[in-house]
Amino acid sequence: MSKLYKLSAKEVNTGIRSGEFTAEEYIIQILERIDKVNPKVNAVICIDRKGALEKARLVDRKIREDEKIGPLAGIAIGIKDNICTSGLKTTCASKMLEEYVPPYDATVVRRLKDDDAIIIGKLNLDEFAMGSSTEFSSFGPTSNPWNTDYVAGGSSGGSAASVAASECSVSLGSDTGGSIRCPASFCSVVGLKPTYGLVSRFGLIPYANSLEQIGPIGKTVSDVVMIMKTIAGADDNDQTVQVTYRTPDYTFSSNEKMRIGLVRELTEGAEPEISKRIYSAMDLFTNLDCKCEEISMNYVEYALASYYTIAMAEASSNLSRYDNIRYGFNFAPEGYEWNAYFAKVRSNFGDEVKRRIIVGTYVLSSAYYGKYYLKAQKIRTMLKQELRSLFKKYDILIAPTMPILPFKFGEKIDDPIKMFMVDIDTVIANLAGVPAITVPAGFSNDLPIGLQIMASEFQEQKLFNAALLFESNTNINRSPEL
Amino acid sequence: MVLMKQGDNEYPGIKIGLEIHCQLTGLQSKLFCSCFCNYHGLEPNGNICPICCGLPGTLPLLNKTAVESACMVSLALNCKIPDNITFYRKNYFYPDLPKNFQLTQYNAYGITSIGVGGSLKYGEKTSRIRRIQLEEDPGRLVYESGGVDFSSSYTLIDYNRAGISLVEIVTEPDFTDPKDVRVFLNKITSIIEHLGVCNTKRQGSVRCDANISIQGGKRVEIKNVGSFKEVEKALNYEIARQKTMSMHDIKVLAETRDWDDARKVTKQSRAKEEEQDYRYFPEPDIPTILLGEEYVSSIRKNMPELPYERKNRFIANYELSDHIAQVLIDNKELADFFESAVKIYSSPKEIANWIVTELLRYTDDDITEAKITSSSISNQSSSLFAGLKIDPKQIAELAILIDRNTINRNTAKIILTQIIKTGEMPSQVLARTDVLKIEDKIIISEAVESVFNAEKSAIRDAKNNPNVANFLLGKVMKLTKGRADPKITLNLIKTKLDGLD
Repeated sequence: MSKLYKLSAKEVNTGIRSGEFTAEEYIIQILERIDKVNPKVNAVICIDRKGALEKARLVDRKIREDEKIGPLAGIAIGIKDNICTSGLKTTCASKMLEEYVPPYDATVVRRLKDDDAIIIGKLNLDEFAMGSSTEFSSFGPTSNPWNTDYVAGGSSGGSAASVAASECSVSLGSDTGGSIRCPASFCSVVGLKPTYGLVSRFGLIPYANSLEQIGPIGKTVSDVVMIMKTIAGADDNDQTVQVTYRTPDYTFSSNEKMRIGLVRELTEGAEPEISKRIYSAMDLFTNLDCKCEEISMNYVEYALASYYTIAMAEASSNLSRYDNIRYGFNFAPEGYEWNAYFAKVRSNFGDEVKRRIIVGTYVLSSAYYGKYYLKAQKIRTMLKQELRSLFKKYDILIAPTMPILPFKFGEKIDDPIKMFMVDIDTVIANLAGVPAITVPAGFSNDLPIGLQIMASEFQEQKLFNAALLFESNTNINRSPEL
Repeated sequence: MVLMKQGDNEYPGIKIGLEIHCQLTGLQSKLFCSCFCNYHGLEPNGNICPICCGLPGTLPLLNKTAVESACMVSLALNCKIPDNITFYRKNYFYPDLPKNFQLTQYNAYGITSIGVGGSLKYGEKTSRIRRIQLEEDPGRLVYESGGVDFSSSYTLIDYNRAGISLVEIVTEPDFTDPKDVRVFLNKITSIIEHLGVCNTKRQGSVRCDANISIQGGKRVEIKNVGSFKEVEKALNYEIARQKTMSMHDIKVLAETRDWDDARKVTKQSRAKEEEQDYRYFPEPDIPTILLGEEYVSSIRKNMPELPYERKNRFIANYELSDHIAQVLIDNKELADFFESAVKIYSSPKEIANWIVTELLRYTDDDITEAKITSSSISNQSSSLFAGLKIDPKQIAELAILIDRNTINRNTAKIILTQIIKTGEMPSQVLARTDVLKIEDKIIISEAVESVFNAEKSAIRDAKNNPNVANFLLGKVMKLTKGRADPKITLNLIKTKLDGLD
């Protein structure tokens, strides 16, 4: 049998429906693939063999008996381990939640199951999604499938690396300040951060609630769109979902002449090899009859400070609940006075998480609230307004996804500021709540480069049109040899 | 401790402010999830879900009816309702708090609470309401010993209460006398009862913290006052304590004190004295709630009748006096009782008088109060008429019997003393009127008086003849058809004879 595990989600779905191969045959290959390559990349941290095989057999039976099957029938999908899966450990790659088994499914997980996708397991991440390299994981770092000496990016490193390494067809990640786009760019796959309020966050263990969204990672734009049709839309369990429809209707039209703005500050701020790629992407769009211009953004230089202030403030409060009284890890409170117990168990957080809790606590303290938190919110509002006026003139904005190429393990781990700096291009979309996608744009020294495309709120269709146009006019490898 | 004399509270510079917490017991579910609002009588931790337990990844889903209830309370207390409201996180660590932050409202960075700048008149005085906010109740800590004794070696946590909707009413420090506080709290009770948002008789449904300072002293906060009745006592105690301190030139320091319900004293709270920084910030998971004029006016239109409106209606429709109407509406149960009786027999003045001047003599507020606080887990609501077997239809029938001259008021009073014990209808008691024993001294005295008037010669002999008393007793028994209590009667006769000397 051919290499089924290498197929895109769309190809898998078509093959299973047409009877070319069974879901079980495909899943067995996926599980073998994980066994073979995962020791090298460490993307999957929990494999649900039994659940995956059972679901595959169910899909096969449905097809045999001509029952109605869901649009994602048979597709192997991995879930970032900060998204709750009922009965399956959800750890956030933290010792704090080492033994935590959620009693409920996140809305996105339930929808994937309802649409007959097959969940193969949970994927690695920086502890509580705090990081840009997946080096801060209690399960150890995830390697870049293109060169295992390099980081996969983060925090959804497992989600991007597992797709690039063909351990699953598609995956879910979460993006608070670039956590989907960064690793997708580093691993040469497609990753989408949807508009804030398009996808339910119910069941996403929060890092910074006002910034983050769950989104898909896949090898192609159409795979990402396919997952969005299942996970997006109104949810009774999340009042911050702003749309009223249940399923978005994405249809492609590449005929319209797009107006494209290239963000100068972000493009020029990147490494030369990267900015060269972004300018040539602009040339490509121009040749495809799009109207392209370079534009300038005033508030870019404050974005990073604003982002980290807000994110850490929210994080410090979100992470308060981990006191190991109701759930967590194996350590009984017997014999402790409660203050002593809290102090003891909360020392179980990793260093990066502790750092962010401390900074977040500081910026929220009444003496500094106005100086930091309120100011950060003001910047956020101004950035939003600036983007809003830009999107009156342009359908999409393009920029690099990452200002640098993937880096080697340990290169930035000791310098938090250096690590924060790599998020400069991605945090803008989170602060403004607008959608952003990264698509593979080429390689430099065999290391991937991603093109970032942003659109106005709920204009995912425009993103997909542009991304598909770019994808179909370039031919960039998405499957590294492992 | 210093004994308080009446009027001692007219001490210069007493300032009292209140923080009143009312559970919105009229709701079906908790503030942010679908668990039951009424957790009484349920197994510990039998009324919880991933949301109110704060499990990772869950999101709060705001109960819209709770917003409506809080809006009604705000309107009843003459507050302004902002066009939009938001929720804030109040961050602090405590084991009864599942998320280690409480969802509440906060006005420091702009007005976002459901009500602001209100006022409430009580008698001739008015107290300003600073703000009204909607928030969630924490869980409940249960100590080994069963009480709130910190010396227990272990603590149990029951999250059944976690996430129950609370309305917090914060007053300005406008009170100068604990007595006024009691009147004010009664008023608040009647209002929330009339709105149907809070059953104040349900255990733990209303709590009050008070802060108090006297001239020259710092502000002391009294917490853990389990019922409105106790607030006045706690404040009186605290005033005496602070005055004694200042008399001895001891500075009153800012501190938090707990009310010890058993010993009726305040004592220093175990909580640390340093100012807590709650790191308030807006809750990102609950979008801003838009209210606006249309919303507020529709709430106002559909609001139940408020106590003062009811009072005006009682005066206008039933021609009750201001005083009688006031007494009735001060307690919703009483007003409801009155109206039920009037529905059965339309003699409002007669019925109101029977309720206010007679029936109320048999209700003991303190006993009722004790019942509420002593039953630790009670599913029952303690009624004003607890222990009495009284129903509106009995009072209505009493009024009928009087109106038809079947009985006079004195007989009616006797009947009342019986029916509140047995639950019988007055007519049933009347049917076996021969067993009706007269124990009322006033009625017996009247009979004695008339016998004395008729038997003037016998009374003249009384000094020399010890049998006269028994003779007169026989006369009284004859007059009352044998119903007068002989012991009481004989005593009255003897007293009266002795008085003649």
